[in-house]
Order: sequence, then C-alpha cells, then structure tokens
Amino acid sequence: MSDVAIVGVGQSAFVRGYGGSIRELAFEAYREAMTETQLKPKDIGASIICSAPEYDKQRTPAGVLAEYLGLIPQPTFYLESVCSSSSMGVKVGYSLIKSGLHDVVLILGFQKMSEITSAESQERMGRGADIIWESPFGTMMPAYYAMHARAHFDKYGTTEEDLALIRVKAATYGQINEKAVYRKEVALDQVLSSDVVSTPLKRFDCCANADGSSCLILARQDRARDLTKKPIWILGLGAASAPVNMAGRDSLTGLKCAREAAKEAFEMARMGAQDVDVAEVHDCFTIAEMMAYEDLGFAKPGEGKYLIRDKETYKDGKIPINVDGGLLSKGHPIGATGGSQLRTVVLQLRGEAGKMQVKNPRIGLIHNIGGVGLYANITILGG
Amino acid sequence: MGFEKFGTVSFTSQTKVDEFVERLSQGKVSGTKCKKCDAAYFPPRADCCGCLSSDMDWFDVVGTGRLISYSTLSYAPTGFEEDLPYTAALVRFNDDIQVFGRLSKAIKSEDIALGMDLLVSPVKLPCDRISYEFVRP
Repeated sequence: MSDVAIVGVGQSAFVRGYGGSIRELAFEAYREAMTETQLKPKDIGASIICSAPEYDKQRTPAGVLAEYLGLIPQPTFYLESVCSSSSMGVKVGYSLIKSGLHDVVLILGFQKMSEITSAESQERMGRGADIIWESPFGTMMPAYYAMHARAHFDKYGTTEEDLALIRVKAATYGQINEKAVYRKEVALDQVLSSDVVSTPLKRFDCCANADGSSCLILARQDRARDLTKKPIWILGLGAASAPVNMAGRDSLTGLKCAREAAKEAFEMARMGAQDVDVAEVHDCFTIAEMMAYEDLGFAKPGEGKYLIRDKETYKDGKIPINVDGGLLSKGHPIGATGGSQLRTVVLQLRGEAGKMQVKNPRIGLIHNIGGVGLYANITILGG
Repeated sequence: MGFEKFGTVSFTSQTKVDEFVERLSQGKVSGTKCKKCDAAYFPPRADCCGCLSSDMDWFDVVGTGRLISYSTLSYAPTGFEEDLPYTAALVRFNDDIQVFGRLSKAIKSEDIALGMDLLVSPVKLPCDRISYEFVRP
C-alpha cells in the first residue's frame, strides 16, 4: 500500500487508421476507465492530457478533450515527453494527489498518428532527434536503435536471431490481445528474412505506428478504497533524461536514463529487480527490449540474450515481460503507449488479464522510454 | 556563409555558432571550449552549462578517432532519398570528444568494423552545401 492508487484503467483498440476525431478516440479509453469506478466527471479533480504535439492538428488539445470528456471547469493541461508522455503524466498526477491539491486525477494519453499524411509523417521522422547537429545527416529513429544493436552485438555477442526471438515472443502474445493492431503469428525465419530498414534492424524488429488512447484514474488512499475493490498502489516512480545527441552518450549498449530511472524507482519502492513478478518494457524495437532486460537488472549486462533464448520472459518464465504483445504487436500510438503499458500491469495485478494472466503477480514494473533514450520513466505497482 | 548550408537538408538557419560552417569551408571541423572553465563541447555550443559563461574559443577536432557504432539506412526521411543507402556513425576522438555523422561512401560495407580508425573531414555537397564525413586515415 502507498498514498496513491490506480483505481480505473481503460484503453481503446490500437488500430492503423482510426475513423473518428481525437475527441472520440480519447472518449473510448475514458469511458472504459470511468465505467470501472463509480466516479462522475465532476469527481475528477484535474486531468492531464498526454500526446506528442507534432501529430496533432488541434492546437492545445487538453482543453478541447477535457470539454468533450465532461471534465470542465476543472483544471486540465497538456504534458509531453514523446513516447513516455503518459507515464510522466502518472508521475505528475501522483504529485498533485500527494501534495494535497487534488484527491482524484485522470491521465489521458492519445495519439492519432494517421491525423497527418504519410508524407508529413516522413518529414517529421527526420526531425525526431537533434535538428541542428544530427538531422542534417538524414537520421531516423530506427537508425539510432540500430546503432545500439550494432554496439550490443559487438560487445556482447548478441545476434540478429536473439532480437528476432523477441519479435516471435511479442507475436505470440499479440495474438491473444484483442486490442493489439498486429495479431498474427510471426515465425523466426519471417523476422530474419524481412526487409532491412537500417542495418542490422529489419522490418519485423520495428513496431508499427498506430492510433489509440489510454486512460488511468489515480486516487488518494482513503478515496481509493471506496472507489474500487482492487486498488493498485503506486510504490515506486523514477524518471530521468539523457543527451539527445548520440555524441553525448557514454555508451550505446544500454540506455543510461533507464538505469537512472530504475534506480530511483527501486529505491522509492524499497525493492529490487528480483522482487518484480511481471513487467512491461518499451519495445519500440527488439533491441530496446533486449537493453531493457539489462538496464532494469533482470539480466546482467550482455546476458539479456539468455533470458530470451531460454524463454524466461514468456508467461511461464522467471520474469514475464510484454505478455500483452508489447509495442511490437500492440502498435505504438506515442502519447497512449505508457498508459497502455500501465493498464496491462494493473490488470495483471488485479488478476483480470484473461488469457494473458501470469500466475499470482504481486509486484509489476513499467519501463517507458521517450525518444531514443532521451527520457525514461519507470513505475512500480503493487496489488 | 550561413548555417542553412549545413548538411543535405538543414532544419534551422540560426545559431550563434554558425561560424562552424565558415570553418568547415576552411577545412576544419570544430567544437567550442569554455575560456573560463575549459569545458570542451562537440557539437559546438555558444554557452557553457557548467559555469554559465558565454566566452568560448573554437578548437579543431584533429587526429584519429575510433568507430563506436554505425548503421546503414535503406529508408530515408523526406529530402534524403537520393543519398540512399548511407551510413550513420558515431566516432570517439581524444579527450572524450565524440562526433556523430556519416561514413564516407568510399568505405566499402565489408570493410566497416567497430573500433576502426577514422578521421573527420569536411565535404562539399551539391547546390553549394557543406557537411563533414568520416574517412579512413
């Protein structure tokens, strides 16, 4: 138990092209989370709206969405740390409650990546990093993670096949997640023979863009017990940042910000990696999941490959990871992703994860990265 | 020469360190060093976040660096399609200075290996543009 609990969770289906507005997309996750509690819109003290603004046509979406959800005149504001926006929303929501300013706070993450054309999307891809010193060379997200993969291969003997095994696992669970965008089985050969995007990463090493929304409702301890029979407590929060330019990084075999954030979260929760029963990690690329195994302490540096080779991160393994299919299968609607990861862990800790349920988990961890290790948020939850 | 001439596509034209481009045209790839606390920066910065001074000197990245990692792209963002395939790379020089850029196309893919020695050298691009690339010593 802690001072703040998650009392409601919701998520829209993640899809390739959502046939509605961002308001309607947001409403899908919102309705699901609100329906879990007895809360009325007026009971929500404040709302935090999370997305990556370069995909939004609507300027300042927070007020527009809050009105559509029925959450005005309460305060609302926009929060952005790209792919980790909604996890950062949880950190800020926790602070608003812990400070005594509000009893109940709602975090709504969304992204309609199809809001802009694919040509506009191609243009934005080039601006995903340091626009002064890196973008003029023609960089893209896959290239940066590919450079991490190359460094990891060289230092530790990790192989393309090890990364492909991570995609095979993701597809195993994507098939049983009805909200995932990619629900087909993927064979090892299929991953290894897919088109090269940026050496050594191939098409199947990369997650897909998607449209989607997620919603989390946080409440102070005394309110939480009235609102749900199964409050899930926020035990640890860690957040960190790192240089945007690769020239500022000490090493490319892991993400320093993830290690810093994990240390902070574990210290706050007074526990370590060995205490975690189920985890969601930010697998925007297969190499990102491999580095997460090591950055979080589930494996020693360089030994993440044994976890996947021995299937220890499968549902019945030592530490089940991304058994909802991860970003690789669910898709990655930037602002909604962190909230979706938290939702999965909340369902696991409640024992409500259906076919994805792991056996009696007590402690869950969420690793959510923004950019190429620019931002990291680690959240530890307990039932 | 303005900063908008840097790289295949430039995304911003204004920075106080636009002398970087002038120095490229003189054959030098340069960073900045704080005159007050000696902190060295690459890419160059106009301001020192260590001591808050804006009194900076230029220094040139010279000598042999070592390839830290690389990746060859098969897809490119808008404006870079004609350059494909090209190889992004990170190279570490002395004094812990690292430089992000591209490998010269003169280096064959089968000859690329982490740890290999590389120099950084200015390169003229079409349409009066300028950049730098990594070349073999």
